[in-house]
Amino acid sequence: MFRPSHFAAVVLFALFASVVFGITMRETPRRMIHYGIYCFVLFVGSAVALSWAMYFIAR
Amino acid sequence: MATAQNNNAAARQVREPEFRQGFVYLPLIAGWLVPGAGHFLLRKWGRGALLSASIVSMFAVGIAMQGKLFTGVHEILDILGLAGDLSNGLLYVAAQLLGLGADQVRVTTADYGTRFIAVAGLLNVIAAVDAHNLRTGRKS
Repeated sequence: MFRPSHFAAVVLFALFASVVFGITMRETPRRMIHYGIYCFVLFVGSAVALSWAMYFIAR
Repeated sequence: MATAQNNNAAARQVREPEFRQGFVYLPLIAGWLVPGAGHFLLRKWGRGALLSASIVSMFAVGIAMQGKLFTGVHEILDILGLAGDLSNGLLYVAAQLLGLGADQVRVTTADYGTRFIAVAGLLNVIAAVDAHNLRTGRKS
C-alpha cells in the first residue's frame, strides 16, 4: 500500500490536475505551461496557507 | 444561393484535414473510454501523452492508496463518487475486473485515494471534452 505524507499527496494531486488544466484551458504551448505552473502554485500554496490557518485556529 | 452554399461546404471539406472527417463525437467517446485517446485520434501526440500519463497516474496512485471504487449507490452522496469513478472509462472497468481498490475506507490515505480516483475521472471528462472541441474547431 502506498502511503504518502499529506504534503506529498497535495503535491501529486496538484501536479496531475495542473497538467490537465494547463493543456485543456489554454491554446498555445507557452500559455499551457504558464497556466499549468500557475495552477500548481495555487493548489499547493492554498493548501499550505489553509493548513497554517487551521493550525492557528486549533490552538 | 444553394449552389454557393454547396460550393462553400465542398471547399470546407477539401480544407478539412483527414482526421477532422468522420463521426464528430468519436474523439469525445474515445477520450472518455481511454484517457488521451481523443487527442491521439486528432494527432495531438504530445498533449495526448501528457493527459494520458497524468490521468492514468492519478488513477493508479488512488488505487495504490487503497482508494474505494464505488460499485453501487447506498447513500445519496455515493452517486457523485460513482459518477466520478465511471468517468474513468475502461480504467474503471479494468480495475473492477481485476478486483483492485478497497471495499471500505479504513485509513486516511485510503480516503485520499478515493478522491484521487474520482478526480482522475473528472479530469478525464475535461480532456475528452477538449478533444471534442479540437475536433469541432472550437479550439485550435
